[in-house]
Amino acid sequence: MADKALLVLEDGSVYAGQAFGAPGRTYGEVIFDTAMAGYQEMLTDPSCTGQILVLTYPLIGNYGINDIDIESKRIQVRGLVVREDCDLPSHWQSKGALHDYLASQGIAGIAGVDTRALTRRLRSAGVMMGTITADETPEEALARLRGQPNYGTVDFVRQVSTEEPYDWDEPDVARRHIVVVDIGLKYNILRLLRARGCRVTVVPCTAPAKDMLALKPDGIVLSPGPGNPGLLDYLVRTVSGLIGKVPIFGICLGHHLLGQAFGAGTFKLKFGHRGANHPVKDLLTGRVHITAQNHGYALDPDGLRDGAEVSQVHLNDGTVEGLWHRSLPIITIQYHSEASPGPKDNAYIFDRFLEMVEAAKGK
Amino acid sequence: MTKPNKVLIIGSGPIIIGQAAEFDYSGSQACRSLREEGVTTVLVNSNPATIMTDEGIADIVYIEPLTVEVLARIIEREHPDGLLPTLGGQTGLNLAVAAADAGVLGQNGVRLLGTPVESIRRAEDRQLFKDMLEEIGEPVPESETLTSLEDARRVAREMGLPLVVRPAYTLGGTGGGVAHTMADLEHIVSGGLRASPIHQVLLERCLLGWKEIEYEVMRDAADNCITVCNMENIDAMGVHTGDSIVVAPSQTLTDKEYQMLRTASLKIIRALGVEGGCNIQFALAPRPDVVDWQWQDASGSPYYVIEVNPRVSRSSALASKATGYPIARVAAKIAAGKRLDEIPNRVTGKTTAAFEPALDYLVVKIPRWPFDKFPLGERKLGTQMKATGEVMAVDRSFEGALQKAVRSLEVGARSLLWEDPRWRDEDPLQWVRETTDQRLWAVMAALRRDIPPQEVAQATAIDPWFLLKLNNIVSMERRLLAEPLKPDLLRQAKRLGFPDENIATLADRLPEQVRELRQQANIRPVYKMVDTCAAEFEAQTPYFYSTYEEENEAEPLAGEKALVIGSGPIRIGQGIEFDYCSVHAAWVLQAAGVKAIMANSNPETVSTDFDTSDRLYFEPLDAEGVRDILENEGLNGGESPTSIVQFGGQTAINLADPLARAAMPILGSSAEAIDIAEDRGRFEDLVSRLGIPQPPGAAISTVEDALVTAKAIGYPVLVRPSYVLGGRAMEIVQGAGELSRYMREAVQVGGDKPILIDKYMEGREVEVDAICDGEHSLIPGIMEHIERAGVHSGDSMAVYPPVSLSEGEIQAIVDYTQRIARALRVRGLMNVQYVIMPGDSGSSSTVYVLEVNPRASRTVPFISKVTGVPMVRLAINVMLGKSLFEMGYWGGLWPAQKLVAIKAPVFSMSKLIGVDTYLGPEMKSTGEVMGVDYNFEAALAKALSASDLMLPREGAILVSVADRNKPEALPIIRQLASHGYRLYATEGTASMIQAVDLSVEMVARRLEEGHPNVEDVIRDGLVQGVINTPGGGEASVMRDGFQIRRAAAEKRIPCFTSLDTARSAVDSLLHSDRSFTIQPLREYLGP
Repeated sequence: MADKALLVLEDGSVYAGQAFGAPGRTYGEVIFDTAMAGYQEMLTDPSCTGQILVLTYPLIGNYGINDIDIESKRIQVRGLVVREDCDLPSHWQSKGALHDYLASQGIAGIAGVDTRALTRRLRSAGVMMGTITADETPEEALARLRGQPNYGTVDFVRQVSTEEPYDWDEPDVARRHIVVVDIGLKYNILRLLRARGCRVTVVPCTAPAKDMLALKPDGIVLSPGPGNPGLLDYLVRTVSGLIGKVPIFGICLGHHLLGQAFGAGTFKLKFGHRGANHPVKDLLTGRVHITAQNHGYALDPDGLRDGAEVSQVHLNDGTVEGLWHRSLPIITIQYHSEASPGPKDNAYIFDRFLEMVEAAKGK
Repeated sequence: MTKPNKVLIIGSGPIIIGQAAEFDYSGSQACRSLREEGVTTVLVNSNPATIMTDEGIADIVYIEPLTVEVLARIIEREHPDGLLPTLGGQTGLNLAVAAADAGVLGQNGVRLLGTPVESIRRAEDRQLFKDMLEEIGEPVPESETLTSLEDARRVAREMGLPLVVRPAYTLGGTGGGVAHTMADLEHIVSGGLRASPIHQVLLERCLLGWKEIEYEVMRDAADNCITVCNMENIDAMGVHTGDSIVVAPSQTLTDKEYQMLRTASLKIIRALGVEGGCNIQFALAPRPDVVDWQWQDASGSPYYVIEVNPRVSRSSALASKATGYPIARVAAKIAAGKRLDEIPNRVTGKTTAAFEPALDYLVVKIPRWPFDKFPLGERKLGTQMKATGEVMAVDRSFEGALQKAVRSLEVGARSLLWEDPRWRDEDPLQWVRETTDQRLWAVMAALRRDIPPQEVAQATAIDPWFLLKLNNIVSMERRLLAEPLKPDLLRQAKRLGFPDENIATLADRLPEQVRELRQQANIRPVYKMVDTCAAEFEAQTPYFYSTYEEENEAEPLAGEKALVIGSGPIRIGQGIEFDYCSVHAAWVLQAAGVKAIMANSNPETVSTDFDTSDRLYFEPLDAEGVRDILENEGLNGGESPTSIVQFGGQTAINLADPLARAAMPILGSSAEAIDIAEDRGRFEDLVSRLGIPQPPGAAISTVEDALVTAKAIGYPVLVRPSYVLGGRAMEIVQGAGELSRYMREAVQVGGDKPILIDKYMEGREVEVDAICDGEHSLIPGIMEHIERAGVHSGDSMAVYPPVSLSEGEIQAIVDYTQRIARALRVRGLMNVQYVIMPGDSGSSSTVYVLEVNPRASRTVPFISKVTGVPMVRLAINVMLGKSLFEMGYWGGLWPAQKLVAIKAPVFSMSKLIGVDTYLGPEMKSTGEVMGVDYNFEAALAKALSASDLMLPREGAILVSVADRNKPEALPIIRQLASHGYRLYATEGTASMIQAVDLSVEMVARRLEEGHPNVEDVIRDGLVQGVINTPGGGEASVMRDGFQIRRAAAEKRIPCFTSLDTARSAVDSLLHSDRSFTIQPLREYLGP
């Protein structure tokens, strides 16, 4: 029988379970994701840095851990909360069990939790800080938690971005050169660009605009990433320096940066959009697309200026899901066209971006 | 697309294997959905036991046979501008295509809604389907379409065996199979060609052992697509998905695999152009260390598309219940021109139909097979579906959901601990290799004997993930056997879904002691909501399942409330009729201001639609499950609600006793009244005290006593054990020799448990339903059976109003019914069966009471519809305390209507290899149809047509009747001959026919006696009907008749095993103009 563990939330609520993965304490912003498969991709998504991930699907770890479903160089979440961790996974691609994977990278988890009760709490009270502990009383854990910095005050982008620029596995024949600004990217963005015949150079979040332009890219992709977009003035400035000079595609946090560069503000959603089933309406075509989403902040379209306009909205709450520009080759999306995990329906956005790149090249 | 004004919806007809209650669910939902859009709905179905054929569901209801001719007449009368063919199963789809082909739709300006005919053809025609998939680059297994046996042999030589045989346009894969040898192939292909209405089969590369995964997909006219959910079959490819244990969502797929198949699904629905719902089945590569598979060739794919149903299906009903996403409702809205994002999600109120449900639980579906009724049937499962129904269970662990599903099956007392005695001495891997209905139990038995899960996986092609979970159950069984039953262990066992009863067995306690232990340690289930969104949004759905966790979301409903106990899985003897009654019970409670709580375990039904009741508990219907619900509703100092046990068939009525013992209140007739009616001794006492005649009989336990009793009451006698005795539950015995043999076998198997012997009275059988308020009894109508007593009432054709009863007989029936009801103090419904025996020379006849059921019977929907008396409404109000008078009714017989209605049984015999089809005291039918008109002949013609018993106007008939039936058969034979029929007969029958100077061709009775024999004339299509009465007694004689009856079932030609049915069918032939009325049911009832 595994050791008992607790998840203590900022508001004092306590959830009991058993420790799994690495021993020890952890803290972070507690968020929930409703996708039913793709736990390894979620764990390795840099956008989850600083967070304790609650998976609403109760059976996790069923198909083990493999070499393919990796979206960054390590597990990015601070902790994992599940109803049931699968002891003995089964899949031909599996290289090991989830708990061993967590343990090997020093990530603590808690299993056996009534994750639905927890999700209902987060849904009604909003996401909040929390801590997993195995050797404290709830009061002790809460006191310790209160001494930690709040998620919204930390710039996580600098923690996850690459330190040095690098080239991604080049295709045989490169038709275009795309620079991807790593503010917390998932490998699948690079894979999809490569599969479309792009040479891809990844640059760190601190790279100045002129250095990026010096690479003579045909287009720039601003990746998704973690944390409060309101803390990233330096990146907004970088992006402003790119606008009008090269086609730009912003995904998730990249979308927030472009939005801010065009005068919009950002705000925190009560419990975010995290899952593989989010319907987004394209205002130009009227079509609805099922998207993968993972974000806690959204764009406030008031103040949008200089030709940037809302192109897509979330069907459930009407929040901004994408921007387009009246005259410049710029598109942004709030969701994850690279999926992984989630539906692959929106990979066409990469094609649309590359068409834009092609058109700009022709001019 | 413009919105249609008036839409015709085709129902799916009678319940048969492969087409059960799910289409009543989809049809009812669609009617309501269209009416919300302001569309006038016209519904046609031949099955009266459906909610969809009720007043108030569709605007105009026709209960008529589902034929092109009928459809054409309805279209001419109603002038609909649209036809929705995708909600009535394969029956509806085929009829719509036939009508389109016959030009009926085009001529009348009727537009096919939802899915174009071309798409239907592309999905249904094997070759077109394959061509389309190849065009869009989706992988299909190598295959070839063919129409002859020679081609089949050639293809087998080219592709190699094994091969899968799939006939085109058949229900539930009828006539298909996997051929491992050339002999298999020839047998299956010839059967498949016969089964296919277009005489076409597909031979396909065998993907046996691959994972079978299904997706439910929706698309609107604006080309928006979503998937509702996916499902993983635990049983690998090779077992029909309707016969597989299924889990939703998939458990062993990575996100990449999940998305690969999801993307393929969207591509396919777009290529087909389906507007509405669609089910797509895939084969996915399994673990190579479990199933040895290789790429078929260089272009081999990790998955293949297996099948597409371009319509609402059994799987979509399951998906709807598994997710809370109402597929049929949304499909109907799409057909009316709505886009997915314009259809609100009523579960959340915040989202629309343009989203994909997120589950935070899993569901397990287990099929319900009929082999408890047909122990001699072929139990092997393959590509031909055999289950009559299914159960679903929801939980937050696989072990929990599986164990609840097993509890819901109600197969005798077969818990997951059950093992077949013959497994004791055999190799465990041998048992699990056989894919039968018992395989789950065999797998458990193998794991208990320490066979490693990996080896079981290799023997079964079941993914090891599932076996490791089953092994968790086995480990817990061992702990319960070995360790003291402390609260911690008990809690862990409950979290793994162990029922109290199994814990009691393993820990050597009584179930009630386990329950007490649970109460002391406060180990109770909590109830969580099925909300489509994994708790992301606040939802109002009153749809709950139990689990052993922390937070309970089902706070007791406030106000007056009652629990309606449903009827569980559809099985032979307990069909959709009881779901019909349960649904009405809930509605009537609501109308009376009482909150209706529904409990049921069957995902196919209207009762488990989340908006049928105020609250739905999707739970096993056993004492533990129901008591847990009642206690939950009585939390916080409240009182547990009363339970209604009269509408859920035997499932619900059986709970009366355990509930009463647990001091839980029951609404309506008391548990005591129920016990008197069901206990033979007590019932006998009551009836004799009332001075009502009943057939003489006794309960005995030795061969000697049996012979003495039988001699005293006179042969033939009806014998049945008071316990289940494989295959020979109930028999009519003609003489002493036969009785001794029966008794010896019975005593051998049953020990000293008593056998019941009754005088078998071959008289006219009559049946009534009554609503009783404790004082008065209203009998809405009397039904007279066409077949004499001895044929189970569920397998008899019943006529309303009766055709041959005298005034005196009717009075006796009414009088007896009222006296029994008053004596039992019945409050609610009661069904009584009578037999009428002619008196000796001139003296008047005698009415004997055979059986009383103190609950709703299977004829309640039929009688409610044809008399206009709302039986369930009256019954519920009586239970709530009203008298019949207060509701404007009175005691006695309701005046007969001017119509004639005949209820006819429908069988699924072609799908149940090895099952004898003769009509007898054990029920065998799976469904029913109704023929209604202004006269007997027309009503009968409709009933025969709707139940596929109509003889063609000309042709040949094979006759083979037992000696004792010969005199009675002669007039029927004469009629056939005078009508120009050619006759074939077996030796004895042929001699009789020749003796009266009619021409007849004699055929060999036994297959080894040369040609032509009985099988030849049937299989070669020389005859279009069979009259065969079983000889009874001698096994070899039964066996000969058996071959004839099986051949007829498999050839799908009418086979009459009761001369009463045969006589009616032949009489109906003479009524040669075959003219009948086509009009809405409402009009038959008059103003």
